[in-house]
Amino acid sequence: MKPAIAVEGVSKSFGVRAVFENFDLAVERGETVALLGASGCGKSTLLRCVAGLVRPESGRIAVEGEIGLVFQEPRLMPWLSVERNVAFAARGEVERARVKDVIDLVGLSNAAHVLPKALSGGMAQRAALARSLIRSPKVLLLDEPLSSLDALLRLELQTAIAAIVRETGCTALLVTHDVDEALYLADRIVVLEGTPARATLEVTVAPGARRSRYADLTNERIALLRALGVDLQRVAGGLPGQLVRLHGT
Amino acid sequence: MPRRALLALALPLLGLGAWAFATSVGGVKVYQLASPADVVRELGTLAANGQLWANLAASIERVALGFACAFAVALGLGTAVGLSPRVEAALDPTLQALRAVPSLAWVPLLLLWLGIGEDAKIVLIAIGAFFPIYVNLVAGIRGVDRKLVEVAEIFGIRGFDLARRVVVPAALPALLVGARIGLTQAWLFLVAAELLASTRGLGYMLTEGQQISRTDEILTAILLLALCGKLSESAMRVLERRLLRWTDGLPV
Repeated sequence: MKPAIAVEGVSKSFGVRAVFENFDLAVERGETVALLGASGCGKSTLLRCVAGLVRPESGRIAVEGEIGLVFQEPRLMPWLSVERNVAFAARGEVERARVKDVIDLVGLSNAAHVLPKALSGGMAQRAALARSLIRSPKVLLLDEPLSSLDALLRLELQTAIAAIVRETGCTALLVTHDVDEALYLADRIVVLEGTPARATLEVTVAPGARRSRYADLTNERIALLRALGVDLQRVAGGLPGQLVRLHGT
Repeated sequence: MPRRALLALALPLLGLGAWAFATSVGGVKVYQLASPADVVRELGTLAANGQLWANLAASIERVALGFACAFAVALGLGTAVGLSPRVEAALDPTLQALRAVPSLAWVPLLLLWLGIGEDAKIVLIAIGAFFPIYVNLVAGIRGVDRKLVEVAEIFGIRGFDLARRVVVPAALPALLVGARIGLTQAWLFLVAAELLASTRGLGYMLTEGQQISRTDEILTAILLLALCGKLSESAMRVLERRLLRWTDGLPV
């Protein structure tokens, strides 16, 4: 079966700095893959290539069906209410009729008529999520969607995203620098490192452990942290079980 | 009454007092400066014989038409220039050069082309109002958050739709500031246009007053111009406040 996202031999550089050289990635239909890496490792650039916002110098990228994209910031049109922001990308009656449903799905029914300036960070990101779902995308691209939120909101929205991916059956590509987020949301985690970026580690999360916050994934967690270059002797006082988060290095 | 309003009224009232004093006790002659009472009387006469309304209506119509033309053209050109580097390269240098021409320099040409009728006046007013709207809109579009444009791009929204749904709304604060300045300019150029050749309007009242040495008529016209300018500016501010509720801060 053809993968939902196929990245084949993609190269991209900014000036003299090669971000990718001959990079490959395949995401199967219905799979959630997390690209994990420190800031500046090129993971967002890869996602932007998949989204069509950045044109790679060479290689081929194929994405199945409509794309939904959530950025790091909500990027709502400040002059439109939540409802109108969600309807922003709706084409035709069928999609317009979905507006209420997707707002319900992200849990914003009470704020449908509110302007973005009156929304909290978490609510705004929920609205952005709803907007990305309006065209019933087959593929959901998430570019560090939760990294500007505080810890509690993050957990809450991770749960919401997991539920949405499950309910819609979307294929998802998540860019994050948060090991726990990757372990919670993804079926497969690809660690990106180096210039040009290479996949230095690939971890598959056992289906049984998937999407349980309390799953004992100590080995996976330690492997991922090592791959990210974290000195476990120095930071592992809280491991295992504690949330270890890597703020941009 | 709120303190601010009291403070705002202090200076006009002081001026009125000084004016009344100068024309009564101060010995200033009526052909140099009519008294406040004269002006009020003149206002009453003009209102009663209908001339006030005829002149006022003529001026308001000219300003409205000239401003509307300027707004429409500035919206079209400003959006095109702001969105497309190619259009900008083709148009903006010329427009900037034209902007450097003192607008009154167009008057002789306009009179030759369009005669002394309404057209020349409306075009002159439009020229005056155009540039502030155009310049502010282009600057506003330059300042539009690139990230919002990217959202539209993701959804395949381009060209005219992009302008209508993202760029112009995002540049609306700047556009409205430009429109407010443009409207003030329109009143300025109205007087210039009406001083030259007209048989109606507030500017005509000014020339007529000068020719027959009626300072009360001149002052009445000035008073009406101040009132119209202030009212239209306030109206624009109200409009700004209503349209820009979505902004975080207060509109400029």
